[in-house]
Amino acid sequence: MEMMRFATAGSVDDGKSTLIGRLLFDSKSIFEDQLDAVADVSDRMGLDEPNLALLTDGLRAEREQGITIDVAYRYFATPKRKFIIADTPGHVQYTRNMVTGASTADLAIILIDARKGVLEQSRRHSFIASLLRIPHLVVAVNKMDLVDYSEERFDQIVEEFGHFASKLEITDLTFIPISALKGDNVVERSEKTPWYAGASLLHHLETVHIASDRNLIDARLPVQYVIRPHSEEFHDYRGYAGSIAGGVLKPGDDVVVLPSGFTSKIARIDTPEGPVSEAFAPMSVTVTLTDEIDISRGDMICRPHNQPASSQDIEAMVCWLSEGTSLVPGNKVGIKHTTRSARALVKDIQYRLDVNTLHRDSAAHSLSLNEIGRVTLRTTQPLFFDEYRRNRETGSFILIDEATNNTLGAGMIIGTPQ
Amino acid sequence: MNYELSHLKTLEAESIHVFREVAAEFERPVLLFSGGKDSIVMLHLATKAFWPARMPFPLMHIDTGHNFAEVYEYRDRRVSELGLKLVVASVQESIDSGRVVEQTGPGASRNQLQTTTLLDALGEHGFDAAFGGARRDEERARAKERFYSFRDDFGQWDPKNQRPELWNLYNGRHHRGEHIRIFPLSNWTELDIWQYIGVEDIDVPSIYYAHEREVIARDGMWLAVTDFIAVADHELVETRQVRFRTVGDATCTGAVESGASTVSAIIDEVSATRITERGATRADDRASEAAMEDRKREGYF
Repeated sequence: MEMMRFATAGSVDDGKSTLIGRLLFDSKSIFEDQLDAVADVSDRMGLDEPNLALLTDGLRAEREQGITIDVAYRYFATPKRKFIIADTPGHVQYTRNMVTGASTADLAIILIDARKGVLEQSRRHSFIASLLRIPHLVVAVNKMDLVDYSEERFDQIVEEFGHFASKLEITDLTFIPISALKGDNVVERSEKTPWYAGASLLHHLETVHIASDRNLIDARLPVQYVIRPHSEEFHDYRGYAGSIAGGVLKPGDDVVVLPSGFTSKIARIDTPEGPVSEAFAPMSVTVTLTDEIDISRGDMICRPHNQPASSQDIEAMVCWLSEGTSLVPGNKVGIKHTTRSARALVKDIQYRLDVNTLHRDSAAHSLSLNEIGRVTLRTTQPLFFDEYRRNRETGSFILIDEATNNTLGAGMIIGTPQ
Repeated sequence: MNYELSHLKTLEAESIHVFREVAAEFERPVLLFSGGKDSIVMLHLATKAFWPARMPFPLMHIDTGHNFAEVYEYRDRRVSELGLKLVVASVQESIDSGRVVEQTGPGASRNQLQTTTLLDALGEHGFDAAFGGARRDEERARAKERFYSFRDDFGQWDPKNQRPELWNLYNGRHHRGEHIRIFPLSNWTELDIWQYIGVEDIDVPSIYYAHEREVIARDGMWLAVTDFIAVADHELVETRQVRFRTVGDATCTGAVESGASTVSAIIDEVSATRITERGATRADDRASEAAMEDRKREGYF
């Protein structure tokens, strides 16, 4: 059974909680004591019906204020797949939450109210999904029951959305007419939409092909930890442990280690169950080499003829996540990229992007909370990176406040500045 | 070649990544070990993460003194098999030294007292990272937890002010006196845990399997009759076939009626159950709507 992570974006009004509630309920992942508790609280709040949002809104402040503060993770499984839902609140001030939830997602579901059509927030969510390179996007046109399951209305929305999406980089886009409340096209295909030939939402989630979304071409192993047992049995053992960040590694492969540039061959790829004949993302492995060379955490093992860029000058899209501070040229911050930590100087902000209109404001001098812009950085040490669009693992970084230690921003690398 | 990983292998890889990251970036990590199934799986994963070397941090048990005998036996056996160092931080000692006051009355439990013992022990040993076996599917407040959960000088959790966590880039930076709780099992569910115990053939304490035991019905749960609880006159002691879904302090961990005596029978039972494990078996979470959130804010597991 495979595992799939998907993010849902939207606000209470567009039926997101109802949809998640239905997926969990129909897959028997909501438990009676949870439903009882939700019913109890809803009753105390004076609601007529249980508010399924209370299932995920677990914090006292969230329940009191009826808002979702933070990404909530929910789990369900069908006989085909295990699913992790990153449920992100949809308001503009929560861009940082959507970016967080989207960073590891295989798929995003964007909910659109069939009566209202494509709203500003639908565009914002789609843009973030494309910026974070979520490989699959599902536009769930919800509340079809309230527009009499109209094919014409659905087609209008598909056209409207398609027009906007053509400006974005979206590799796989699927439209599904649903009613989360009535269950149409959620688990089973609905008889109410005979004109719709596609799969139900759950069927799509179960079958969309995700294994090849990972980069299987560019072999990358950022060294995370050096394993030296110092035991009798493994006296000379020197293993380089890490999570494969791209490509496929096999024993016998020629490799080069960055930054030293030393070359060697993979001797073994070890796991506690014994050696394996190949390893690929996202496996966590331990590699031994045929030569004794000096390798430490933060180094990158890759193939001699397929190396990542190595540079101290980096251009990236940065989303600012921190309240009360902003990114301005001249800032010095900590940077963490793969297993490498360094310091970075903010050289320049080329433009700030309006996430609703995609307008580029090149007069912008700063990025504050929830703002996204194209930024140039200079780092104290070279980073070994790929373009984010080619590899999410070697193309991403976080920025850290060196005084407060807070995480300030998330970056997606475009390349080296021209 | 098919480049698909099973959900258990994916979860395993994610957890191992976290163990290695912490071992590389922290000075003094410790693994909180209770002898419960989640901490057993956590220990198993930590052992795998550093193989063929020994895991580079000790275990710590926050011992209420009110645990089941089978669990103590399991703990000591496992520690000696793996040749690991075990720190026992005792709630009894916290009581004896006046750091906490023992609760009294029929519902008395040492569950909540553990927080003080835990924070004192982390400070005393200078641990700056503590691995815990909490899972997001267990409880609503835990659903909002990060893999790396920052705790201030007082060990407090501030759910509204958590560090965003993106990709697999974890920010473990902290000042002296602060620490980070690490939850490598964040994305595992109760069912995943049992499937993994089955696939990896992991030994767990016998009380997880169906057995006959003297119990009383209290607060809608079957509570084991032990030296640690006072049976009231109106409470009827009966012998039932039960097993434990969670293993914690014997005063607040309920048993469930069950005939499941093998891992595969437990997997079937967990797949079919309609009550969450904590809802079925934990008196400590029933205190109020936000009982777990409140305890976590103070520094609980």
